[in-house]
Amino acid sequence: MLFQGIGAAGGSFSLVPWVVFLPVLGLLLNLLIGKRLGERGVGWIASLAVGAAFAVSALLAFSLMQHPEAVRVPLFDWITVGDFSASWAFRVDTLSVTMMLVVSGVGTLIHIYAAGYMHHDVRHNGEPARYTRFFVYMNLFIAAMMILVSADNYLMLFVGWEGVGLCSYLLIGFWFEKGAGEIANAKAAKKAFIANRIGDFGLLIALFLIFWNFHSLQFDEVFRQAAGAQPWVIRAITLFMLLGVAGKSAQIPLYVWLPDAMAGTTPVSALIHAATMVTAGVYLVTRTHVLYSLDATSQSTVAWVGAATALFAATIAVGQYDIKKVLAYSTISQLGFMVAAVGMGAYVGGMFHLITHAFFKALLFLAAGSVILGMESGQEVAYGHGGHGSSAAHEEFDPQDMRNMGGLRGRMPFTFWVYTIGSLALAGIAPLSGFFSKDEIMVAASQMNPAIFVILLLAVFLTAFYSWRQVSLVFFGSSRTRAAGAASENAPIITVPLIILAVLAVLGGLINFPGVNTLSGWLEHTLGALPEAAFNPLIAGVSLIVALAGIAAAWLSYGRQTATRPNRLDPIENNAAPLFNALAHRWWVDEMYQAVFIRPYQAIANFLAQVVDQGLIDGIVNGAGVVSRAAAQGVRQIQTGFVRSYALMVLLGVVAILTYLIVWRVP
Amino acid sequence: MPGSPIVFFILAIVAIGTALGMLISRNAVYSALLLALNFAAVAMLYLTLGAPFIALSQVTVYAGSIMVLFLFVIMLLGAERLQPAEVLRWQPYVAIPLVVILAADFAYNLFRENTEMLKVAVPSADYGTPAAIGNMLFTRFMLPFEVTAVILLVAVVGAVVLAKPDRPARPRSMERSDNPTPSKPVS
Amino acid sequence: MVPASYYLALSAALFVIGILGVLLRRNALVMFMSLELMFNAGNLAFVTFARMFGQLEGQIFVFFVMTVAAAEVAIGLALMVEIFRSKHSINMDEINTLKG
Repeated sequence: MLFQGIGAAGGSFSLVPWVVFLPVLGLLLNLLIGKRLGERGVGWIASLAVGAAFAVSALLAFSLMQHPEAVRVPLFDWITVGDFSASWAFRVDTLSVTMMLVVSGVGTLIHIYAAGYMHHDVRHNGEPARYTRFFVYMNLFIAAMMILVSADNYLMLFVGWEGVGLCSYLLIGFWFEKGAGEIANAKAAKKAFIANRIGDFGLLIALFLIFWNFHSLQFDEVFRQAAGAQPWVIRAITLFMLLGVAGKSAQIPLYVWLPDAMAGTTPVSALIHAATMVTAGVYLVTRTHVLYSLDATSQSTVAWVGAATALFAATIAVGQYDIKKVLAYSTISQLGFMVAAVGMGAYVGGMFHLITHAFFKALLFLAAGSVILGMESGQEVAYGHGGHGSSAAHEEFDPQDMRNMGGLRGRMPFTFWVYTIGSLALAGIAPLSGFFSKDEIMVAASQMNPAIFVILLLAVFLTAFYSWRQVSLVFFGSSRTRAAGAASENAPIITVPLIILAVLAVLGGLINFPGVNTLSGWLEHTLGALPEAAFNPLIAGVSLIVALAGIAAAWLSYGRQTATRPNRLDPIENNAAPLFNALAHRWWVDEMYQAVFIRPYQAIANFLAQVVDQGLIDGIVNGAGVVSRAAAQGVRQIQTGFVRSYALMVLLGVVAILTYLIVWRVP
Repeated sequence: MPGSPIVFFILAIVAIGTALGMLISRNAVYSALLLALNFAAVAMLYLTLGAPFIALSQVTVYAGSIMVLFLFVIMLLGAERLQPAEVLRWQPYVAIPLVVILAADFAYNLFRENTEMLKVAVPSADYGTPAAIGNMLFTRFMLPFEVTAVILLVAVVGAVVLAKPDRPARPRSMERSDNPTPSKPVS
Repeated sequence: MVPASYYLALSAALFVIGILGVLLRRNALVMFMSLELMFNAGNLAFVTFARMFGQLEGQIFVFFVMTVAAAEVAIGLALMVEIFRSKHSINMDEINTLKG
């Protein structure tokens, strides 16, 4: 029912491989001749490659408007073993094209922004030659993400899934020799990779189960057979898949990697760790909705994991001072909203929030990057440029610490406005995009599960609170350091993408405006008929009031903050120190993991390495060496070098054989 | 006459005597000459066994060319005598008993009760004539014959390569041990 | 008529003398000659057997042994010359550097 020939569907569907080929082309160009092109050329090529992929995605979207049924575009047979076959085939349906548009659209803006941002960043970190490498990785990421969202079977999806994980690793560790102790960034990259591997393990098990039970990994084939499968099989598949989702989309219990991933440069945080890659888990659940809707237990597990993550991460975000860490926990929290939504069957709500979140969170991250750049330039102005005497101050100064900021509204008015728009959209204030998407999730929660509704409502309050806390600390009050006082606004290449994203963050709600429901109608072609998420004025009013209350609370706590003491400025810290301590230390989850999992693991590894490997196995190997050496030492005495002795030995053998034959063998 | 025991015993005594002489002689030149005599005696024995072609080959190849080659090398090297310095003192005490056992093995094999096998058949008239040998060599044994030609060619080339004098451009540190190598630092 | 076993006994005797020469003499050239003597003893046995069975193949074999022996002598003597050049001796007991 879903298959249509390409010829019947119109020409532009066959363009779909180019969404992958174009970024690959860009990265190959940059890889091979990037050194000669210079920074400007590299940035152009990378941005154009992603922009062209966006154009192709838009063409596909227009084609789908006329012909909304899914189209399968096989490229070549990939694996054929016995009766199993997996082909490298692209799937064009409303869901995948939506993801393509988000990835390439936001990706293009972030590439343009990064072309300007990295110019400063590579100089700030003292190695301009890595500029090209950054864009090669970024294009590789876009290509992998496109493979992930356009895959027609789980195996190809898994390739993209691993590809984005690899790019995430490479980009988190982009300045791998930097960070605390010159190893913090490399450690963060490793942590992200390992946490993702745990999730990938779950996804792999799910894929094995799918293959074992359905003998296929092709989406339609799996979904067609799913109805007749054993209930426990479906449950096992969906729960193992949830582990993969928890890894990639940073849900409890595997979310710990995402805050550390902020070691990556800011455009990376915006693109990979906020807008696109981390939403892959949401996409996966949505793509596999047929299986999830067959098992209520799995669905409610997904919903509860999402809701718990949403609230938990939101509490932690309140206690952070690093501007990017706040956004990181906010991302985890918002991903929790999405996962909760898809867990409750509100797939459209989840996808809607995914899109709007991509807009406003990319906006927030890029604006935060703009703030950081402004702080760095302000610091250089304030402390002199490259003077030897300022090196100590240079080392200690953290341009990402909000305690060092304050009063930037006057210094960076433009950044202030886009940041405020992003924060309000994140907080869910009408009529910005976040309001509509979050509202849809809240409506679904109120219908499905009141407990989850309450949890999410709390998370909404905290979201508004920490969003406005951040705005207050960064932009209001007075400058708390000389660097903040000397910060300056950035060049248009930084600000133009911010404007576009701000416009999208404002208008994003129109994608699925209540009553019009464009996105619902659009995704219905892929997801089938879904329960109508009707606009409920009561729910909307409640969540809006809660969000406004959060903003008001934050404004009361931080807005009048004029203290110039950088170390003791948080009212929560002053009035409820133990609570703030817990928040600031992320509820000691990292320490708990360290104690419960990593220490015993390292102990086992040490035992195996030192006792078993170095003691036992090396002992066996060395023992074999010693024995054969000793044996050789004995035997080599025979090897005298005298030809006559050798001749004697030959004769001895001859005589022995002859005598043996004569005495024992001859009758 | 050729088949008579007297001839056989005379030749056998000559053969064994010359062989023992070769073994005992301290001078390598004497050894070579005695061995040539031994070869000649064995060639005569070939004649009594009806192998005139082999006998003549023996005289020309062995007693003629090979032994001349030996003598030539001995005299070229001036190595007919060695200093009496036995390194392997225990070698004779092991070697001689072993050889005795080997001889006993041979003897046991020869003089077992089954002597039927050792009767000599009377051959046909043209047995062992050069014509018969040649006929076989160039028909049935054509390929091995050609292979021996190749072997001889290889031997010639090998001998030339080995015996060629060293070029000064390629000094061998092994043999020029009395000359200091150029790379050695001058102190 | 002399029995074939006499010829074989002579062959065995010559062979044993050859072995003794290889084992007991230190002069490389004499050792080499002893090897030739052993070849010769083998040849004698071949010819005897050929006569015993009235077949010529034994004599053909002797012919091949002779050619191979000639080749071997050529190579061996060339080696001797080379060894003498480097060691200034053909005492086999002094040529024992290749050992474990």
